[in-house]
Amino acid sequence: MGAIEQQTGTDKANLDVFSSTLQQLAKTDKQIVVVTSDSRGSGKLTPFANKFPAQLVEVGIAEQNLIGVAAGLASTGKKVFAVSPACFLTARALEQIKNDVAYSDNPVKVIGISAGVSYGALGSTHHSLHDYAVLRAVNNITVVAPADNFETERAITLAAGSPHPFYIRFGKKVMPLLDANNTSFEFGKGRIIREGGDVILIATGEAVYPALQAAEKLLSDDDVHATVISMHTIKPLDYELLAKVAASGSPIITIEEHSVYGGLGEACASFLLESGYHNKFKIVGIPDEYTVTGSQVEILNHYGISGEGIAATVMELLGVSH
Amino acid sequence: MISEKDLQQKSLEYRKRILHYIYKAKAGHTGGSLSCVDILAVLYNNILNVSADNFSDPDRDRYIQSKGHSVEALFVVLADRGFFPETDLETLCQYKSHYIGHPTRKVYGVEQNTGALGHGLPISVGTALAAKLDGKSYRVFTLLGDGELPEGSNWEAALTASHYKLDNLCAIIDHNKLQISGTTADVCNTDPIDEKFKSFGWEVRHVDGHDFNVLNDTFQSIPFASGKPNLVIAHTIKGKGISYMENQLKWHHGVPTKEEYATAEQELDLALAAF
Repeated sequence: MGAIEQQTGTDKANLDVFSSTLQQLAKTDKQIVVVTSDSRGSGKLTPFANKFPAQLVEVGIAEQNLIGVAAGLASTGKKVFAVSPACFLTARALEQIKNDVAYSDNPVKVIGISAGVSYGALGSTHHSLHDYAVLRAVNNITVVAPADNFETERAITLAAGSPHPFYIRFGKKVMPLLDANNTSFEFGKGRIIREGGDVILIATGEAVYPALQAAEKLLSDDDVHATVISMHTIKPLDYELLAKVAASGSPIITIEEHSVYGGLGEACASFLLESGYHNKFKIVGIPDEYTVTGSQVEILNHYGISGEGIAATVMELLGVSH
Repeated sequence: MISEKDLQQKSLEYRKRILHYIYKAKAGHTGGSLSCVDILAVLYNNILNVSADNFSDPDRDRYIQSKGHSVEALFVVLADRGFFPETDLETLCQYKSHYIGHPTRKVYGVEQNTGALGHGLPISVGTALAAKLDGKSYRVFTLLGDGELPEGSNWEAALTASHYKLDNLCAIIDHNKLQISGTTADVCNTDPIDEKFKSFGWEVRHVDGHDFNVLNDTFQSIPFASGKPNLVIAHTIKGKGISYMENQLKWHHGVPTKEEYATAEQELDLALAAF
């Protein structure tokens, strides 16, 4: 356990895995329906549309309607995936997610694509740095950010079979497999990707990979041993695992491609404080400011959401200056 | 199928109950419940293939109330149709009651949780589309207030409905021409509603929303045109049936005083005595 898997050439974007998983499911399950808002291209859903035209509903660029229609479809027993960029879906259609999906318990799988700062230089209109925060505060929706291809396949397959609402978000860059030997996946249960006694890195979604890179760097450069957890389910949060790792007393750093407000970090912080843990603690995410402009990688690097950036934050928290 | 006379009698009884529960709860949307209750009376007694016995049947007709605030009318009609005991409504708006100020699925017979405006039509479009995808013959009816028409989501859904040729969908507008701040014409003029929907590909009918025969005949002639979604613009009177409430803005969510309540009961009892 622990070493970064070498890129084999078979790694894909989580978005691609989402698309292929849906096609796999739709082969045997005619109740699978995908609803898009002119987003079949950006959602890599053109192959799905070609193979299963009767199972794809296009509503045009109309996100509120997208979610309302999806809720109606889901109310009849269809397994509905409502797919659109996370930035639009969880802001413009938030009331529909809150009322038509979550409150009415219509089992729509709300799929936020190109999440976080995936759209990079397209700017803040296209960034979703608020989605964990707003949906954590909405009752009756599971919030998931799969880290790699494995977690994505599991999340989509398991969510398809659930009679309740989900929000699942991911980006579009190629994601290396975190740990080929760890094949457990259960919503609400974090995955320990690597274990070490000096610092605990809790990350979600595509921020897990840079956390793992940081762990490798910390070991090789400074003999610092890090635990890395993929906290793919942000709500409900795995309190059991949090309590277990916090009991070690090691410093905890959370990492997410999201605002530092209201996301994974604050969710962990509130649990830890309320439970009497006083570990050193730091939230790595996008600060509350006019987001720096640049590509996704440049933005993430700027805010320290990178192997080097996270490693530097760890050393700072440990009180070691280079 | 019940007769026009029976519907007239029922609608008076429904009005008595609506006022009773609003008076008791000291809360409710009085005017709008009185404007739409005749439509609900026709739908639930004569049109909808839905009952307390078949409510889990996937082939049942659906009724989704977009103007959720007129929930008292819906609750009274559902109780009359045997979905739950009438006495349950004594808890309207009380602590821990499921009978709250907007429809929720915690109440047997309610299809969707509504209350925020502009939501019923998109959900109904999705529900009607599911029937088309599955080759099922159920219909979907949704009731909108005229005041919620400026919500953009309605127009998004109106496009989708005609795009998918949802002639199994019937939207009904409770066109009482008043909303909380004034007349619909003054607040945000949506006229001509019919021309707008026609241009969106819908088939439109104007009806007197208190004429039981016209309502019956209109709903029974759905689809009005093959391949087109149906719109019924029901011209109604806000506060209908109580002389001092009719067309009076203050009864949007006004609660009658003891004296006002007694007057309203007298008026309805007098009308009922004629049967």
